[in-house]
Amino acid sequence: MATKLPSYATFGQKVWFYAFRVICGLVFFYLIFPILTIIPLSFNAQDFFTFTPEMLRLDPDGYSLKHYRDFFGANGDYSWLQAFSNSIKIAPLATLIAVSLGTLAAIGLTQPHVPFKKAITALLISPMIVPLIITSAGMFFFYANIGLQGTFMGVVLAHAALGIPFVIITVTATLSSFDESLTRAAANMGADPVTTFFKVQMPLILPGVISGGLFAFITSFDEVIVVLLVGSAGQKTLPWQMFIGLREQISPTILAVATILVTISILLLTTVEMLRRRSERLRGITPS
Amino acid sequence: MMADTHLDENGLVLAADGTPLKQSLARALRAQKLRALLLIAPLLLFVTISFVLPIGEMLMRSVQNTAGTEYVPDLLPNVVEELEEWEPASGEMPPEPVYRALAQDLATAFENRNHTQLGRRFNYESAGMSSIFRKSGRRVSNWDIETDGPFREKFLDIDDDWGNVEYWATIKANSGYYTTSYFLAAFDAQRTSEGIQMKEPDQRIYSKLMIRTLWLSFLITFCTFALGYPVAWLLADLPAKSANLLLILVLLPFWTSLLVRTSAWKILLQQQGVINDFWIALGFTERMSLINNQLGVVIAMTHILLPFMILPLYSVMKTIPPSYLRAAKSLGATNTVAFLRVYFPQTTPGIGAGSLLVFILAVGYFITPELVGGADGTFISNRIYYQFSSSGNWGLAAALGTIMLVVVLLLYYIYDKLVGVDNVKLG
Repeated sequence: MATKLPSYATFGQKVWFYAFRVICGLVFFYLIFPILTIIPLSFNAQDFFTFTPEMLRLDPDGYSLKHYRDFFGANGDYSWLQAFSNSIKIAPLATLIAVSLGTLAAIGLTQPHVPFKKAITALLISPMIVPLIITSAGMFFFYANIGLQGTFMGVVLAHAALGIPFVIITVTATLSSFDESLTRAAANMGADPVTTFFKVQMPLILPGVISGGLFAFITSFDEVIVVLLVGSAGQKTLPWQMFIGLREQISPTILAVATILVTISILLLTTVEMLRRRSERLRGITPS
Repeated sequence: MMADTHLDENGLVLAADGTPLKQSLARALRAQKLRALLLIAPLLLFVTISFVLPIGEMLMRSVQNTAGTEYVPDLLPNVVEELEEWEPASGEMPPEPVYRALAQDLATAFENRNHTQLGRRFNYESAGMSSIFRKSGRRVSNWDIETDGPFREKFLDIDDDWGNVEYWATIKANSGYYTTSYFLAAFDAQRTSEGIQMKEPDQRIYSKLMIRTLWLSFLITFCTFALGYPVAWLLADLPAKSANLLLILVLLPFWTSLLVRTSAWKILLQQQGVINDFWIALGFTERMSLINNQLGVVIAMTHILLPFMILPLYSVMKTIPPSYLRAAKSLGATNTVAFLRVYFPQTTPGIGAGSLLVFILAVGYFITPELVGGADGTFISNRIYYQFSSSGNWGLAAALGTIMLVVVLLLYYIYDKLVGVDNVKLG
């Protein structure tokens, strides 16, 4: 593979060069087109899941915000809005728990001489690996025993557990390049450990903490099975509502919801990317 | 430094406070370990309560012999005791004392509203037992244990099936606190009078489902590899600026809600969906069935899991200097030989990491197969969920979950050995 085709390339090389790019282009198309297609579809004036002739003609009459108005309860059905409000109640709480406990533990894990480090890391990462149906089955049984099944708190705790691996991974990654001599320098200048943590360490690892938090947030915001089994109708989240909607009769409001969620992911992706850049810049000025 | 260290009479180095240096260092090390553990402890406690104990509970459920929330032997204490004397192999109905014990136990169970659950529990082993328990509860609760005997005839009056030796054998075989019957069912086996046997081939649903889950996961892993490898190579080869731009095309799907991507596919692949409309517009007359079958699952899941293959491949390929390929070619290797003997072997760590990750994730998939899989594209997860939502056989759900957990943990272990869990990167 070469980036540019040299002028002396043979015919075969030329064919291969362009064929390779076409293949890659098709894969990129496959990756992105389902997401991009539903965005215009969500502005469909009809209750169809396909482009109407008016839409293809780019006739303004073919487009409308009907499905978005339905999402906000214009048709008298507030279940989408209710589900959305449940989601934005559950996800921040779960994220808060995951981030606070996860950051502390990540700092602990990156200390020198941690006993059973490998085993502990493997255990803390496992909620990401164990299939969700198994996790939720276990939680269904166990939370029923301790009275958490079907409660708001139960769903929050379950989602926090699912978000922890992401916080651990991102924060330990940031900490691994953290220069320990900075904390020693701070201590040397008379800062106590708490001041050192908040004034020196925290600002430097903050990008990692925030990315971990965003991952934890999106995990909770996108989760279906645990809510279905651990939650009850009172904790109906947006994914729950979508899942049920897709399984039974699929309503075009889903297109609007999907577009809203894609917009949220684009915003989050941009944030994480900017944080990553910032973190790299900060690391650039710390001697490694 | 020298000013602070002293030697004691045995020639041991002393720290500034006069304790032997070795001891002092050990104390410092202990303090360090303790501090690290204290930082980890809250999370460890949290994960144990919210995650590890629930998993443990599920493992227990797969062997506990319960009906509802109670153990079977606690619900039928007298029957279990009396049945000890009776041998199913004799081929005869149990004697009167067993029926008398049943009348006692059933009356108590009826009072506590447990008799239908008992019936359901035994129904998992022998179909038809649910109805005789349900039917008998109220009638039995009106009998007087002291005066209304003999009970055998009275039970046979309610239903002839109370004389069915097979049913009694089932009760006897499942009268302990723990049972292997859920695992037997999960492997499509059953306990018969001639010992443990496989079910008839047309009734083997779970082994078929497990094989299908593994096969489709393998197929999806292969598809992500076939599609992801060239893309990762291109990304690794391009200058950083354009690579970062193209990487967004990989990361955006990665960040988009799983449910959104599944619904997108569900909408696109429909009979009246965008892809079929396009197909017709191209001049074909027949619409393709792309959804509610295995093809739909493979298309949608390959799309969803593709970033998990591309990202590890990309990070490995980025570390391979392009000069290696040029060197191979200048030494006379053809393109194919240079690729197969020089480039490809160096990417195997990435292939291993990506494939294992994709496979582990695919095996446990639930949402996508549920929504686009139809009847022949469902995975084992969907069956487990079905046991919760509809059939209510929690023991079997737990046993199926346990088997799946063992498979996944085994793969996780291999992944840890091969890649290391602390090397997992996100984006």
